Amino acid sequence: MTTYRSLQEIRKDLTAGSITLTQLVESYLSNIDASSDLNIFLEVFGEEALERAKEIEAKWQAGTAGRLAGAVIAIKDNICYAGHRVGASSKILEGFESLFTSTALQRLIDEDAIVIGRVNCDEFAMGGSNENSAYGNVKNPLDPEFVPGGSSGGSAAAVAADCCLISLGSDTGGSIRQPASFCGIVGAKPTYGRISRHGLIAFASSFDQIGPFAHSAEDAGLAMEIMSGQDHMDTTSSSVDVTPLSEAKLPKKLKIGFVKECLDSEAINSEVRDRHSALIEQLKSEGHEVEAVSLKELDYLVPTYYVLTTAEASSNLSRYDGIHYGHRSPEATDIESTYRKSRTEGFGPEVKRRIMLGTFVLNAGYYDAYYAKAQKVRRVIKEKTDAFFEKYDLLLSPTTPHTAFKFGAKSDDPIQMYLEDIFTVHANLSGNPAVSVPLFKHSNGLPFGTQIMAPVFKEAEMMQVAHNLMNTVALKG
Amino acid sequence: MIEERKEILDKYQLVVGLEVHAQQLTKSKAYAGDKNEYGSLPNSNTSPLTLGHPGTLPRFNRKVVDYAIRIGLATGCELTREMNFARKNYFYADLPKGYQITQDTTPICTGGEVYVKDENGQDKRIGITRIHIEEDAGKSIHDQDPYNTLVDLNRAGVPLLEIVSEPDIRSLEEAYNYLAEIRRLVRYLDICDGNMEEGSLRCDANVSVMLKGATEFGNRCEVKNMNSLRNVQRAIEHEMKRQIHILENGGKIDQETRSFDAITGTTFTLRSKEDAHDYRYFPEPDLQPLVLHDQDIETVKKAMPPLPRELYNKYTEKLGLSEYDANVLIDSKPIALYFEELTAHTKNYKAAANWVMGEIKSYLNQTATSIEKFPIKPTEMAGLIAIIDEDLISNSIATQQVFPKMLENPGRSAKEIAESENLLQQSDDTWLKGIAEEALAAFPDKVQAYKNGNKGLLGLFMGEIMKKSDRKANPKMASEILRKLLEE
Repeated sequence: MTTYRSLQEIRKDLTAGSITLTQLVESYLSNIDASSDLNIFLEVFGEEALERAKEIEAKWQAGTAGRLAGAVIAIKDNICYAGHRVGASSKILEGFESLFTSTALQRLIDEDAIVIGRVNCDEFAMGGSNENSAYGNVKNPLDPEFVPGGSSGGSAAAVAADCCLISLGSDTGGSIRQPASFCGIVGAKPTYGRISRHGLIAFASSFDQIGPFAHSAEDAGLAMEIMSGQDHMDTTSSSVDVTPLSEAKLPKKLKIGFVKECLDSEAINSEVRDRHSALIEQLKSEGHEVEAVSLKELDYLVPTYYVLTTAEASSNLSRYDGIHYGHRSPEATDIESTYRKSRTEGFGPEVKRRIMLGTFVLNAGYYDAYYAKAQKVRRVIKEKTDAFFEKYDLLLSPTTPHTAFKFGAKSDDPIQMYLEDIFTVHANLSGNPAVSVPLFKHSNGLPFGTQIMAPVFKEAEMMQVAHNLMNTVALKG
Repeated sequence: MIEERKEILDKYQLVVGLEVHAQQLTKSKAYAGDKNEYGSLPNSNTSPLTLGHPGTLPRFNRKVVDYAIRIGLATGCELTREMNFARKNYFYADLPKGYQITQDTTPICTGGEVYVKDENGQDKRIGITRIHIEEDAGKSIHDQDPYNTLVDLNRAGVPLLEIVSEPDIRSLEEAYNYLAEIRRLVRYLDICDGNMEEGSLRCDANVSVMLKGATEFGNRCEVKNMNSLRNVQRAIEHEMKRQIHILENGGKIDQETRSFDAITGTTFTLRSKEDAHDYRYFPEPDLQPLVLHDQDIETVKKAMPPLPRELYNKYTEKLGLSEYDANVLIDSKPIALYFEELTAHTKNYKAAANWVMGEIKSYLNQTATSIEKFPIKPTEMAGLIAIIDEDLISNSIATQQVFPKMLENPGRSAKEIAESENLLQQSDDTWLKGIAEEALAAFPDKVQAYKNGNKGLLGLFMGEIMKKSDRKANPKMASEILRKLLEE
């Protein structure tokens, strides 16, 4: 099979009859099989996907197929799909089957996307390297000695390894954009409230968003567009109209800001910095207005993010208690030991660490010092970001300070691991959409991305810019 | 329990604040579409959301806000215009999410009041600190399986109103009357059925004592698990005596949560202050802040039913009824509403009250009928009162003959019945005189006896007139005519 890079190519071949949907699914299934050592898939819905292919083929013939006919997708193991297991890559949900389908996924299925499987991730979406899964590490398809990023490591790897065309991940602090950067693909997080969270296993409710991975910005943009829009099952979903990709309005000359402190950061790899400096120069030479802006709060972003997300997580994860579903310790003898033992056995160390942190910051005696203060910082960041987008069309930065690292390189030092999120958490704190665009290849052979952050609900414009940048071939290393 | 002597009890002042949880009568739950229904099969009113399944999100039931506005308006509270929901985190088997969605820093109602009678029958103001919206937990059943606790989640997510009073209550009577008033209020407002035995109205009491004249409250204990008005009073009484006994013996009161045992009538420690929960409240991120607009409040205001206290004041001040009558009439809302409609059609309020409290109530009791199904419409009752007032029928004809016929013939007016049954009383002078003369003629010796001073015989002559007139003689007129004839 040709290695497809976009839905458009697939649909062209389907129309031409050079491939059938069944053949397409079969070839993805064989890729999944061939890449099994990467530990991407927790479950493959092979038979089901082939059946769906047959159904959609008939629709294709009848001319009634949906906009995503031809798209084979994989879903992160924290997205609910009725009648299928879902477990957030945690032992505590081992064997749990969802009774309903997430709104985001249902909208893709309604447009005839075919779901090929459920992919690995960091447990409860907590991590930046996919080393926190109860089902083992996912390996980076570009070099299996390196991490694929996280927490949506399996989703990024599935697309990068051509096991599907599009995948769904979730992004709480960079969990889509960082693995997209590490795996050399597009990964986008929409505005908070743009895509329903109904059916997404909660990590930090006021941060979480579902988003797509794809090779092309159009495919990611299309999937995002279809998933977007108000949903009465999620009252935090927005009623703002969804702008179709085709209606994105971009000024000829963009006003772009870049955060000075990002490029000046000591943490950043020099090559990542240099390539971004060059990108800025190139954008200027193309006539765009590019200016340095200051975000003095940069050093506060990660601590603020970790105070607030762990607080929410400590509460969101209370329901996994061994009583109603999921893992119950066989050693449990009474209510106290049911909780203690089930949770001790069911959760991995990173999840426990965050539950403890979150419980601590919400403690009555520390609430004002941590949670309340972090809420204030979040508001300041939101206000600064809003003010920033009054002046600029886009905010540009590297997605991550480095390229992918080797397994174990940071797993002993949670602080170092948390600092990986320094450029990505901003968009989750402020709620803005952001996308990682695969523009660069490091001299170490690994890719890295550029992050574009846009004003709220400007996903279509953001994806258009991502598309345009990817077409600037000269930048590809 | 050692009973303290009265003079020792009299040294102390009781101080009580009550927290009332009222289950709302909404059709569905607070944040889920599941039915809110008492008595369904265990775990039948549940869904993935109520079960706390991963990926589910709460959806706010707007009706819950309307109900909260009702009680807020009824208690003169200030309504919060922009509010957050909060999570109250704790682990329990009947709390599937591991937290309750409640309100912490922004309760929907603050600073209201309720008036109740104190032990001397005087009006006493009890302040309402706050009223907030909360969801109920499920039920843990410990006594049906010898080895396991069973969990029923039908109740999980049922909307509650938590009504918190100021520590203004100073006696057992006030505590009882306050709770009775809250129960009557929620029933009047149709927001809770007020059934304490089924747990749809629950109460926790914060109890402390201090020496009379002291300005600083003593340490308080929170007492839980009282399932009737009477038990609330018993629990407070026991707790008061327990605290006084400790203080009298040189001890001090530890702030703690205690539980009431209805069988022994005593309270026991549930958890000490050190074991108090830290609920780690924080804003609920799954729900948007709720904004109340003027329109929301106006809509509820327009549909407000009359309130018991308003009716009480009206009945005693404007209608001239006694406090006792007013209390009986307002005790149940449907009765009060019937009486309200009746008084719209008659000005004889006392007669209206007597009919409602007398014949109507006894009919309802005897036939176990609710006033909503009572066959005689208030306008028809007013018609009955009117023909009595017009002297067309006597009171006894009304109660013994017309009223029972009206019950059998709903829709027929009292006057029609009286006419067709030939029950209208006769007020024709000449006719009455004739009958009276006949009656006197039948007892010439008695007439003589009367004239000799035996005035008690008037009753006998009246009886004879009634007999001869088929009870239709206007008794007032007949007795006047009799007197005249006898004095001739």
